[in-house]
Amino acid sequence: MLAIRHLSIAFPRAGAEARVVEDVSVEVGRGESLGIVGESGSGKSMLSLATIGLLPKSARTSGEILLDGKNILGMGERELCSLRGRRIGMIFQEPMTALNPAMTAGEQIAEGIRLHRGTGRAEARAEALRLLDRVRIPDSARRIDSYPHEMSGGQRQRVGIAIALALKPDLLIADEPTTALDVTVQKEILDILDELVADLGLSLILISHDLGVIARSTDRTLVMCRGRAIEEGPTERVLRHPAAPYTRDLIAALPRRVRAGLGEDPALAGGAR
Amino acid sequence: MTGPLLAIENLTRDYVLRAKGGATRSLRAVDGVSLAVEAGSIFAVVGESGCGKSTLARIVMALDRPTGGTVRLGGDDLFALSPKALARKRRDVQMVFQDPYGSLNPRHSVGRIVAEPLHLLDDAPKGRDRTALVVRALEDVGLPAHAAERYPHEFSGGQRQRIAIARALITNPKLVVADEAVSALDLSIQAQILRLILSLRDRHGLTVLFITHNIGVVDEIADRVGVMQAGRLVETGTVREVLDHPREDYTRTLLAAEPTLAGLGQRRRRA
Repeated sequence: MLAIRHLSIAFPRAGAEARVVEDVSVEVGRGESLGIVGESGSGKSMLSLATIGLLPKSARTSGEILLDGKNILGMGERELCSLRGRRIGMIFQEPMTALNPAMTAGEQIAEGIRLHRGTGRAEARAEALRLLDRVRIPDSARRIDSYPHEMSGGQRQRVGIAIALALKPDLLIADEPTTALDVTVQKEILDILDELVADLGLSLILISHDLGVIARSTDRTLVMCRGRAIEEGPTERVLRHPAAPYTRDLIAALPRRVRAGLGEDPALAGGAR
Repeated sequence: MTGPLLAIENLTRDYVLRAKGGATRSLRAVDGVSLAVEAGSIFAVVGESGCGKSTLARIVMALDRPTGGTVRLGGDDLFALSPKALARKRRDVQMVFQDPYGSLNPRHSVGRIVAEPLHLLDDAPKGRDRTALVVRALEDVGLPAHAAERYPHEFSGGQRQRIAIARALITNPKLVVADEAVSALDLSIQAQILRLILSLRDRHGLTVLFITHNIGVVDEIADRVGVMQAGRLVETGTVREVLDHPREDYTRTLLAAEPTLAGLGQRRRRA
């Protein structure tokens, strides 16, 4: 469904240019969940911003990002607008800053439905309520009129997911969606994302620095470092039998408890400690 | 001195919250916490947002006062000391914060930042001796001597956290309180800083109260651990007891929620 081919992203700098993504190719099939893992500065967020056409204006790109055969990089703002939300939904890391503090949860979810589909106010509100139930917000009939500051981080992120789902996109991009959350809340949010992929047949790009999150929630994994694709393949293969030294180092740096479950891999023994 | 270096007994901290219209209610952030940390050991307090772990850290640092209970450091009750005696006591306990970008003054050189706690001490070395002490502290945390003349922005997050640790160690404290000290770091850097803290403990007999939300980190670094929930310490024991044989439901929930590589292949099985 989505094919990124030879994508490079660079920003002009005094003298030379800063290349933040270099020649990355990856595909996501329908109903498939792709994990992108890397440390700070690996280019994983730039890759996701490019996919939804939100790169800063100064970015220079080459290569293509094909959504059902059409190149997103070549689209104008109008075309991109009809694609955002409708074809691709985005979930951000910080639900407090991603949500509008001056709008209730219900209004923010309904906004896209009304703008894109011209749905009436009452009908959009009813749809917002269904979406809040879908992301398992407790007491949704009351929460629909709450403002972001009245909610916990986990509830806000559920609202963020409901907004991303509102226009029934085919692809969800979640950029570190649980990094700011407690582990028990993180588990609930990841369970919801897993369920959406399974029940609605959504495709998911899950960007995370956390290999534990990638392991539980993705089918395939792309490992990035300094803008380059280090290795890519089925998540189980990449994590159990990493081909690249960088991936092996990343796994070796994990706390023992997180690494547990891999079994004793001789290639990793003695790596971290 | 006999007994634990840090002994907290029945510690409670209430905050008064003022609602609209002047009504007040009280929030018990720390609720009857008791714990003891032996010299030369690392005690981790693990818990989720709002459990009171940072309030606990602030009270141990005497940056906040308890509503009830006592905090004894080396046998002295911190909150029964005169202000002057408390000021002298502060050299014995230093803190390392979460954010290596926010906790170092960008206008000061690294040498000045690391030397700053020495201003507390009447007997601190001056001049060339002070410079030598700073250089030793920097080298102790794996930074070169010439780092002293540079500024925080010239260093990466992991290096800044090393600077923060050097600053904490310069007064030769008995106890270091580390509040989420590795949480903002990339994994490979986090592993390096954990190894540094362990080696400092081994070399200098450092005692650490390590506040974190991350169970994986607790397993790597701590000797003993206390699990905190809603202001209470629900379970305390050696790391092996608590992580391998949790007694409390909450500890089990926390352990089960942590994503690990044991989750590999789960998705396919669920589908």
